Amino acid sequence: MSAAAAPPVVDVSGVCVSRSGTRVLHDVDLRIDPGELVALLGANGSGKSTLLRAIVGVLPLESGTAHLFGTPVQRARVHDRLGYVPQDSPEAGSIPATARETVTSGLLGSRSWWPNARDSRVTSALRSVGLEHLAARPITRMSGGQRRRVMIARALVREPEFLVLDEPFSGVDLPTQRLIATLFRELSAGGTTILVVLHETGALAGHLHRAVVLDHGHVVHDGSEKDRPRLDPGHDHPLDAAPLDECLGQEIHPA
Amino acid sequence: MISPFDLLTSDLLRYPLIIAVLIGLTAPVVGTYLVQKRLSLLGDGLGHVALTGVAVGWLVGAWTTATPADLLAIPGALAASVIGALAIEYVREVSHTSRDVALAIMFYGGIAGGVVIIQLAGGTSQNLMGYLFGSLSTVTAPDLVIALVLAIVVLAVGIGLSGLLAAVTGDEEFARASGLPVRAVNVLIAVMAALTVTLSMRIVGALMVSALMIVPVAAAQQLVVGFTRTMRTAMVIAVVCALGGLLITVYVDLPPGGVIVLLTIAVYVLALLVKPLLQRPDVRTTDPVEGSDPVDARGRGADVEASTSA
Repeated sequence: MSAAAAPPVVDVSGVCVSRSGTRVLHDVDLRIDPGELVALLGANGSGKSTLLRAIVGVLPLESGTAHLFGTPVQRARVHDRLGYVPQDSPEAGSIPATARETVTSGLLGSRSWWPNARDSRVTSALRSVGLEHLAARPITRMSGGQRRRVMIARALVREPEFLVLDEPFSGVDLPTQRLIATLFRELSAGGTTILVVLHETGALAGHLHRAVVLDHGHVVHDGSEKDRPRLDPGHDHPLDAAPLDECLGQEIHPA
Repeated sequence: MISPFDLLTSDLLRYPLIIAVLIGLTAPVVGTYLVQKRLSLLGDGLGHVALTGVAVGWLVGAWTTATPADLLAIPGALAASVIGALAIEYVREVSHTSRDVALAIMFYGGIAGGVVIIQLAGGTSQNLMGYLFGSLSTVTAPDLVIALVLAIVVLAVGIGLSGLLAAVTGDEEFARASGLPVRAVNVLIAVMAALTVTLSMRIVGALMVSALMIVPVAAAQQLVVGFTRTMRTAMVIAVVCALGGLLITVYVDLPPGGVIVLLTIAVYVLALLVKPLLQRPDVRTTDPVEGSDPVDARGRGADVEASTSA
């Protein structure tokens, strides 16, 4: 089958999502074709992470449809082709798994329930994010940046056709951002489709195929990275702004 | 004085010893997942609900003139704790009731139901004492068969599917995005906890079952790192404590559940004291990418761990 005939990797149409009774996404359409490297940008609370979580099937849709590789996202099998890096590293309960154990869990799929910690792909994934030497360290004893890299390795070990990352550079220093950005570019060049939520294009600037900008749950730009509207740093969604204001208020005027 | 030969030849002592080993093996397996899910008190709640099941079994036994009167107590406890486990998982998933409130309701309802129903069955709350605090004399051959079956089921699932269960309990969002059966796994863990409660309540007692699930895991966490190692170490601790506690109560007239739990707590305290000695001071490793490693100045270096990794 030629690439042109392949279904889009992501096909989201008319998607609305509400959280805690508040509409977060409004009638969102998004299509991503195989091999694209796309950034999802927007202010805090604009709905980036919500859209990402709806695309990977973690959040239910209020209305609209979401397909991955032409298959409804609710079907478990299609998730085997996906590598996902959530926004927050797992708290890991009270039992800190080692980096190797964490990455090994990425080998699990809809029908493969017996991962092998000695699988060479685990070592290879850790090496690709520069953490092979820390394989036996519990992730709770790692810095925030190292933990993000473990999460990326856990997604990479699945050898995904579609890599979905929510703020992978959060808490990561510049040299590591460059390392990860280089990795993304190599994966993209090799045909992997990548959707990445970012605040700023940063280390990926100039290498994105497209930038999609969300504002208050609406797609306000879907096109060239250069033409995207600039983000106003003070332009936060009320949902996020309220708790932040409360926190600041408490800090400035402690009870 | 009871000799070691008596321990192995007398059914009165042999059955509890075998069950103690089974409890020691199974309770920490389930406990590891409960600790990981931050549901450490689930076992406690199920223990209380199991008590209602004991009373219901007793009531049904009285209606059917079963002999002995508590013939159906353990099957009743099994049914009640499984239903309780499914209920708490349902509440966790769909209800807006917070988990600790749901657990609290389970605690109160379980103990109140047990006391009321045992009275209806013509017994008194004294009849529940053996199930509340554990007892050696109440263990029978059918109990051993039930315990064996439950332990095999729990160990087969808890160890056989450890990769899947650890992945779901460790990061539910990633597990959902990866197509893993998250809901089924959560139900499975809750049911495993219910089976373990039923298996353990004869010897350890409903009020202390949860301790054997959680305390050995807490002790193991002080001694080793990593999910698999923690589970294995907790199993060793629990088997030693369950057997040791039981042997003490053979020679000294004490409730086995209490002695076993106190032993696990003693091991936990010992582990806390030993922990600093096991750690090499100020072993640091450098992350070539980030340039420095701000973590683990007090802990073990990566090279040390790598050499002993599973």
